[in-house]
Amino acid sequence: MSALLDVIGYERWILHALVWLPLAGMGLVLWLPRERAKHVAFWWSAALFALSLGLWWAFEAAPGFQMASSHPWIPGWGVAYALGVDGISIFMVLLTTFTTPVAILGSFNYIEKREKAFYALMLLLETGVLGVFLSLDLFLFYVFFELTLVPMYFIVGVWGGERRIYAAVKFFLYTALGSLLMLVAILYLYFRAEEALGAGSFHYAELLRVPLTLQEQLWLFSAFALAFAVKVPVFPLHTWLPDAHVEAPTPGSVILASVLLKMGTYGFVRFLLPLFPAAAQHPPVVTLMLALGVVGILYAAWVAAVQPDAKKLVAYTSVAHMGFVVLGIFALTLNGLQGALLVMVSHGISTGALFLLLGMLYERRHTRLIEDFGGLAAVAPWLATAFVITALASIGLPGTSGFVGEFMALLGAFETHPWFAGVATLGVIFAAYYMLPMVQRMFFNRLHESANRGVPDVSRREIAMLAPMIALMIWIGVHPAPLMRRMEPSVESLVSHVERSLPAAPSAPAVGD
Amino acid sequence: MITDSLVLSALLFVIGTLGVLIRRNAIIMFLCIELMLNAVNLTFVALSRLVGIDGQLFVFFVMTVAAAEAAVGLAIIISIFRHYETVDVQSFNLLKW
Amino acid sequence: MSFPLGTVVALEGASGAAEATGFEPFLPGLVVLLPLLGFLANGALALAAGRRSADAVRAGGEWHLPETERPLTHTWPSLIGPGVLLAAFAVTLVNFVRMWGAELHEPVVIPYWTWLVTGTLEVAVAIQLDQLSMVMMLVVTGVGSLIHVFSVGYMRDDPGYPRYFTYLNLFVFFMLVLVMGASFPVMFVGWEGVGLCSYLLIGFWFRDREKADAGKKAFIVNRIGDVGFLLAMFLLFTTFGTLDFVPILERAPETLVYGGALVSAVTLFLLLGAAGKSAQIPLYVWLPDAMAGPTPVSALIHAATMVTAGVYMVARSSVLFALAPAGSLAVAGIGALTALFAATIALTQYDIKKVLAYSTVSQLGYMFLGVGVGAYTAGIFHLMTHAFFKALLFLGSGAVIHSMHHALHRTGRHLDAQDMRNMGGLARRMPVTWTTMWVGTLAIAGIWPLAGFFSKDEIIWYAGAAAGGPHASWYALFWMIALAAAALTAFYMTRMMLMTFHGGNRTGEEEARHLHEAPLTMSVPLVLLAAFSVFGGWINVPAALHDGWVGLFGALPMGEGLHHWLEPVVAAASEVRAEHVGAFHETAPLGGGELAWATFSTLLAAAVVAGTAAVASRWRIAPAAEAGEPTGGLRGLLYRKWYVDELYDHIIVRPVVATSRFLWRVVDAGIVDGIVNATGSVSRAFGLVGSVVQTGVLSTYAFVLTVGVVVVLAVMAL
Repeated sequence: MSALLDVIGYERWILHALVWLPLAGMGLVLWLPRERAKHVAFWWSAALFALSLGLWWAFEAAPGFQMASSHPWIPGWGVAYALGVDGISIFMVLLTTFTTPVAILGSFNYIEKREKAFYALMLLLETGVLGVFLSLDLFLFYVFFELTLVPMYFIVGVWGGERRIYAAVKFFLYTALGSLLMLVAILYLYFRAEEALGAGSFHYAELLRVPLTLQEQLWLFSAFALAFAVKVPVFPLHTWLPDAHVEAPTPGSVILASVLLKMGTYGFVRFLLPLFPAAAQHPPVVTLMLALGVVGILYAAWVAAVQPDAKKLVAYTSVAHMGFVVLGIFALTLNGLQGALLVMVSHGISTGALFLLLGMLYERRHTRLIEDFGGLAAVAPWLATAFVITALASIGLPGTSGFVGEFMALLGAFETHPWFAGVATLGVIFAAYYMLPMVQRMFFNRLHESANRGVPDVSRREIAMLAPMIALMIWIGVHPAPLMRRMEPSVESLVSHVERSLPAAPSAPAVGD
Repeated sequence: MITDSLVLSALLFVIGTLGVLIRRNAIIMFLCIELMLNAVNLTFVALSRLVGIDGQLFVFFVMTVAAAEAAVGLAIIISIFRHYETVDVQSFNLLKW
Repeated sequence: MSFPLGTVVALEGASGAAEATGFEPFLPGLVVLLPLLGFLANGALALAAGRRSADAVRAGGEWHLPETERPLTHTWPSLIGPGVLLAAFAVTLVNFVRMWGAELHEPVVIPYWTWLVTGTLEVAVAIQLDQLSMVMMLVVTGVGSLIHVFSVGYMRDDPGYPRYFTYLNLFVFFMLVLVMGASFPVMFVGWEGVGLCSYLLIGFWFRDREKADAGKKAFIVNRIGDVGFLLAMFLLFTTFGTLDFVPILERAPETLVYGGALVSAVTLFLLLGAAGKSAQIPLYVWLPDAMAGPTPVSALIHAATMVTAGVYMVARSSVLFALAPAGSLAVAGIGALTALFAATIALTQYDIKKVLAYSTVSQLGYMFLGVGVGAYTAGIFHLMTHAFFKALLFLGSGAVIHSMHHALHRTGRHLDAQDMRNMGGLARRMPVTWTTMWVGTLAIAGIWPLAGFFSKDEIIWYAGAAAGGPHASWYALFWMIALAAAALTAFYMTRMMLMTFHGGNRTGEEEARHLHEAPLTMSVPLVLLAAFSVFGGWINVPAALHDGWVGLFGALPMGEGLHHWLEPVVAAASEVRAEHVGAFHETAPLGGGELAWATFSTLLAAAVVAGTAAVASRWRIAPAAEAGEPTGGLRGLLYRKWYVDELYDHIIVRPVVATSRFLWRVVDAGIVDGIVNATGSVSRAFGLVGSVVQTGVLSTYAFVLTVGVVVVLAVMAL
């Protein structure tokens, strides 16, 4: 396989292709007639996924960025077009390329107006997200980071539910506000780089070398953290998420949950920890972040459990899952970080699948309220089976992807902060507390509504969406080692970088309590 | 000589300004804007005797822009007129929040 | 990427390991793999059958199994389901024979592939073969096979037949993962996996809300225990840097301080996990509700195998418990308390399965008592014999319920087919069931020479003998509780038998004619299990009794067989115990040796059985419809199960739900989102104020502009 990849020079062009081909696809969709928009969009993104699969073989389990390239973009300001992939971003990239075609496939029946615009925006979104995950230049990163807002805003605002405008504006303002502060911090970093290194630069590798005092780090950390925390979202900045999820059309929810939230946690891992290591290890900061993570896990689980709207319930579970990620990241251990990355992947698949399934139910019954369903397992047994498997993966049943990540994240957190991890482990109970009643009320019990009797089971197209997702959930749950081996070197070097770069100041905090 | 020219152009400019401020007919306002531009042009030409060719050169730019502006502006006014059947600017307040 | 290949390689690796131990495993992976294959095959059939019945429901009706020609989806599972189990049992037997022949002192660990790997943690998907896992494998596949065969008769008319075997096979797969896993995380996979299958099978008839509720309750309560398991794993990992059994248990005596806080915490967390899975106080509440599932499920999962996982786990980590006297005391205390508590509830229940459920909880309490006092072998011994006689009793009750159902179905009457007040006099109509169930009853009551006598008596004896060491008064108390609970056991089991099989029939004249003996697929497993319930105890007759009358003066074969068999597994724990506590005492707290107390306990049980039978002839039992529920007094309190469910509902469930609603409505929608929306509203308010100057009149704008220019020019000029 890798020989074949060598022959076609895969490593030289793949990252550029990943970023720009969706944009080309967008042009194609806009150019071709409306009837063909969805098929073109699907096949285009599916082909892109096939292309991206080569990364699995082309990527070597080694630290540092691979397939990296850098070209000056705005030389006067030291802005470069720099791309690269490492063990932290590779699975985010693959998750994105995998989820996009699935989400597009999931919108075939759902999206009935302005189809060209919709599919064009989906592809634009893919460009934005892949750009975020692949950028090595902070300016470029910021451009892509903001670029993702635009298509998502329209997807929610145009194709969404009844309160779509409210949800879209809330989503846009909330996330834009957070990232503006990050822009200021990026500019500050640029000028500090100019002072310290002689030439201003936005390049990640250069900025890593900029010496910063603890005070500076804390400020910059706060600015970055705010931008990412809104995106994640970390409690208490999460309230845009349930609204956005409920109002977004199915594919929007899928992408939002699977990929967009990951940009926040990815930002934590990629930028917050290595750029501001002293701040990230500052005991009050660590305590705060861990506490927010733990509160998120428990709080969101409790709030989720009493939601009457199934989509909102799943939206809150995202907050709880992201709590595990935050916990794993700020544990600053190998196990914790790897666990966090795995939760990100696993959550992307399982929650994405849950939203797809809820979308299918919405298409059938035009309601999202749990109480309107009931007894569906009798009329749609395959759908019920898929839902149960996905729900179990979501609540972290061993043998599914959810468990591996949560277990590692909790274990890693326990190594340095046993009390936080101990409390967070209670989330395992409350996961069952929110998920099982929903499953029961929708799929078990009597078929009390006559409308539910006519609900058809999954179609072939829907099987084509669900089967790969379920297969991935189980595969990652049973055999995650290939993923973990690819992540490990990057995570390892990240952890040692963070631990090494503690300032020698007397107030230097030690890792852990 | 030069004082006269400057006074004239100042007068023209004030007349144009007042016209824009006071009149409500969009065409008239538009013409008044042209008047203001030409007042400025006059100033440029007059001063070019003192400072050199640059002033006259600038007049050409202004004239070019004014021509373009006249074309666009009149087009807008015509399309507004088609819509509202009036050119009274008081009735164009859609931009109000 | 390639599991099958990995398996082959690992199997070869296993034979390499064998040379060192003299034990050559025979395809041990197959034992796990076969039920998994059965699950996949039955699962495919179940999906096909599900589609078909869904079509019927969508058309407005219900899908009924054709009377004459059954579809393939409803015939193949009869072969596949029990078939894979029997095959797995055969493979297990081969391994057992080989292990029997070899002198195996160290567990054989066979890794298949790496599961979790980071720089600091490595967990392999590996199975561990030693004497303990072998006992469990035999029980799981052996008793499991019989119950699968029984299920063919019991469930074959159910429309969900293939789905039933799908779940059942999956359960056995996870149960085998649980007992064969070579590390805590792998064990945890099985641990939660069996919980999942339990959930699915309890709620098998998912259209009945109560049944679905019961499944959900089981899962959630089990998860409370799982938190304990997880925390124990975290503690172990931070201490040992690994989660594999072999290194942890080997290094535990040197690494951990005897009676230290760390090992106490680990064992208490493990106990929490075990209490959840094995239905001990305070987490036992799910098991009685779990009887909502099909009866063979109750036999397999909620009596013979899954619920004993907690006992297995304690025995597996026996070294840790030996190092933690406080943890052990807690295990024993919880066990003794549960044994008595559940027995009292069982006294007054009318639902035949509820009696057996509480009896199971009570017997599990005995097992906990056994492993808690340090008699790990005794605990496992009781686990094994209990699997025989309790599976027998459950299957017997299944046969009764099956027959009641058929009879009631024939006449179309709606009666509770599980209420013993509607039964009575079934002995003549179901002689095989009646005989075998009496065997089971006498066994569980502890009548010599049946299996339950040996195992239960050993536990009671060790509880008494432990009262010579530290915490003596506690253990003396546990010992007396255990004796009392034994008497109660004999009473409620006899009561159950008498109400069900003796006296006059209360089902109804028409119905009584349709009550019939179970078919062969159901009665054969009953007979086999009855045989095991008789002879099963003989494999471990204590040395002190073997030469007395209890051991027929040395005539019973295999004295202390299980004890010797499990010795390598519990050796480390025994060493720790010998070092810190000393040997078990030779006398019970009130004096008297093992033989004397064994004689006493069997005489006590026999007296209770006989006394109950004598008194029972004077009972007047009204059918359920006429009788109503017992209320008031101790009887009502026990019938209502000490109101524990209500208590939990009030102090846990409702506050949690109320808090959730509060967090949602007040905190989330009110405060957190309120602040967000308030930010927006405030901005809008400012905008509205500012928009006053924005008249929309062009002239005004131009005027303001001009004034502005003039002012600026004036300022500049000045």
